[in-house]
Amino acid sequence: MLEVVTGFIRELREAGVPASMVEALDAVRALSAIDMSDRSVFKSALAATLVKNEGHYAAFDTAFEVFFATGAPRPEDSPVPEPGPPGSPPSAEGGGGGEDGAHRLRRALAAALRAGDEEGLRRLARLAVDGLAGMERGRPVGGAYYLYRTLRRLATDELLEELAAGLREGGLEGAVRRDELEARLQRFRREVRDEIRRRLVADRGREAVARTLRVPLVEDLDLMHANRVDLDRISKAVYPLTRKLASRLAARRKRLRTGRLDFRRTLRRSLQAGGTPLDPVFRKPSIARPEIMLLCDVSGSMATFARFTLQFVYAMSGQFGRLRSFVFVDALDEATRFFERGVDFETALAAVTAEAEVVWMDGHSDYGNSLEMFRDGYGEEVTARTTLIVTGDARNNYRRPRSEALAQVRERARALYWLNPEPRPYWNTGDSVMDAYAGLCDGVFEVRNLRQLRDFIEMAGLPQPAAPLRAAAG
Amino acid sequence: MTSFASPAAVGDALQAVGYLADDHIGNVVFLAERLGKPLLVEGPAGSGKTELAKSLAAVRERRLIRLQCYEGLDESKALYEWNYKKQLLRIQADRDAEWESLEADIFTSDFLLERPLLEAIRSPEPVVLLIDEVDRVEVETEALLLEVLSDFQVSIPELGTLGAQSRPLVVLTSNNTRELSEALKRRCLFLHIDYPEADREREILLSRVPGLPGELADRLARIVRRLRQTPLRKTPSVSESIDWARTLLALGASCIDGETVRSTLHVLLKHQTDIEAAGRELAALESAADETSEPSPAQ
Repeated sequence: MLEVVTGFIRELREAGVPASMVEALDAVRALSAIDMSDRSVFKSALAATLVKNEGHYAAFDTAFEVFFATGAPRPEDSPVPEPGPPGSPPSAEGGGGGEDGAHRLRRALAAALRAGDEEGLRRLARLAVDGLAGMERGRPVGGAYYLYRTLRRLATDELLEELAAGLREGGLEGAVRRDELEARLQRFRREVRDEIRRRLVADRGREAVARTLRVPLVEDLDLMHANRVDLDRISKAVYPLTRKLASRLAARRKRLRTGRLDFRRTLRRSLQAGGTPLDPVFRKPSIARPEIMLLCDVSGSMATFARFTLQFVYAMSGQFGRLRSFVFVDALDEATRFFERGVDFETALAAVTAEAEVVWMDGHSDYGNSLEMFRDGYGEEVTARTTLIVTGDARNNYRRPRSEALAQVRERARALYWLNPEPRPYWNTGDSVMDAYAGLCDGVFEVRNLRQLRDFIEMAGLPQPAAPLRAAAG
Repeated sequence: MTSFASPAAVGDALQAVGYLADDHIGNVVFLAERLGKPLLVEGPAGSGKTELAKSLAAVRERRLIRLQCYEGLDESKALYEWNYKKQLLRIQADRDAEWESLEADIFTSDFLLERPLLEAIRSPEPVVLLIDEVDRVEVETEALLLEVLSDFQVSIPELGTLGAQSRPLVVLTSNNTRELSEALKRRCLFLHIDYPEADREREILLSRVPGLPGELADRLARIVRRLRQTPLRKTPSVSESIDWARTLLALGASCIDGETVRSTLHVLLKHQTDIEAAGRELAALESAADETSEPSPAQ
């Protein structure tokens, strides 16, 4: 058992969950304090000791299912059939080979979904994998392939539509019923997935299967190439980060002290102690509210990243009263108005796409022109409290960078940061003119994933030297 | 008092005081007590984190000592403080005394003001210590907690180390507004509490709102669940859905039609824009209902 647990912990670490030595020991101690035959307690014990971040639960669950599958596959399931002669259909036993079997299974599934029959769903999942997945021993195919194949042949998406269409209730009731059906179908899909994994584990061993199933943690997802599902995960994780940036900047304000003694109040307070000024009182610094101006490149090459930045802008505007955002391609437009309180993100995004005037000539990034437009249009409004953040790959399509525009704005601002979503080695290759701007920035950061964004936020919160630090670029 | 016999016993005991815990919560609480480790509870606001600590105190019939965290919390508010006024009086009352004896005298526990953390471990009978919203303190301040959390002791330079007279059951809560330090997380068991499933929420409503008809609870739970899936600035919490149930009950609403829902949404949602968005969502569903009912006028 201990060996399996250490193997499990090793897998967690490989998947990026930072389980320390102490936590591993805690896990083992926890296991010795419980009844290990109770699977739910067993899982809770491992989860509570090894995973300290909600975002890591997905990785934990996957690894757990692989390492501690419910029971070995029973012999009558014939876990993975021996490869038959090529071209022969999967065995028709177990209730569901061929199209006919698929139909029968589908009808049974529909009934089980309507009735909410948990046990039935589980049984059907097993049958479906038996009959429809067509698993072959030793074939180096991932579980996702078998899962897709099984669900495709059952046509589960259409099944949901059919069931929903057949609902008697309409309106709210109907929507709620539909949600329920969908949740059950989701559970069925999970059962099928787990069943396939169990059989894969029996075939290839835990470590190998766990390796193929590894999902990157949300903080490691590449923001430039994230797909829709990833973006959803990212958007959930962004919110705490914006809170953090907001609170870091606020904390900075509070910690900075002018250090001037408030003589009157110190004297007043000293009366309690018989005239000895035990408790000196300092004047509170007048609070300077920080301002943020965000300039986002939203050109085609940046599409996915721009979506993310705008999401960040959206989340930030909920936290920060004084956030102004600008979008540009080869022209620049203020986007603050699209992110007013209460507008939901998709609406705001649609409005930015439709209404913001960011194309002037040909719709290819022109940082030079955009920065000049910013200087001419909004430069006056940049003050010593303003933090400027530019996000973009600095790919200027071989146009003039016109960095003097940025330099002039920088003169007025408190700080200037540049977030570049490209890997550092690509900077200044091809039409990237990162270096033309880097010297002007207080910091240039490679931000390709949330982890790097977090690093930037940590840094932005640090008290900085009084004189603006120049050319800290890497 | 003996500790819980099994994770299931935790769930039952909590249910008896009106806190409906799912299996995972019961399991982790059981472990926290068995291992004597602090429990770090994280989750969205209003999902019952603080309530868990209170219920635990009620179950164990222990005193609840609460440390509410905030930005700027420091040693003298969390751990201990010297009662300098009393010290000063002591010095003035005895002007001729030798300094050595005086010093030995004024730095004793008589002159120590106990703050929640010290109070919790110095209490003769074990207590439940709730460190609420720990994510509100700065990272640097977290360090104050570490000694208490791992060794259940407090070191005071003038006095030495004060050990625990009893081991408190420690519950920390966090709304996850920032990442807590690794050092803190390492010392705790971690429990994430999310919004409950519709069924459990229904049970919670029934147990928290006496006199609520089962069917109403069912519908409330489903509507709330639906709203939590719509993008809102602040999704309705469990405590808000309880408030909503109370409101509807007080208004004497036996069934909830669109009008009742709309007029009481402000109990559930606290942003005007959310209320509007939710109203739109519900209205859209209703009009969908009209359309579906049209083709079958026989009904």
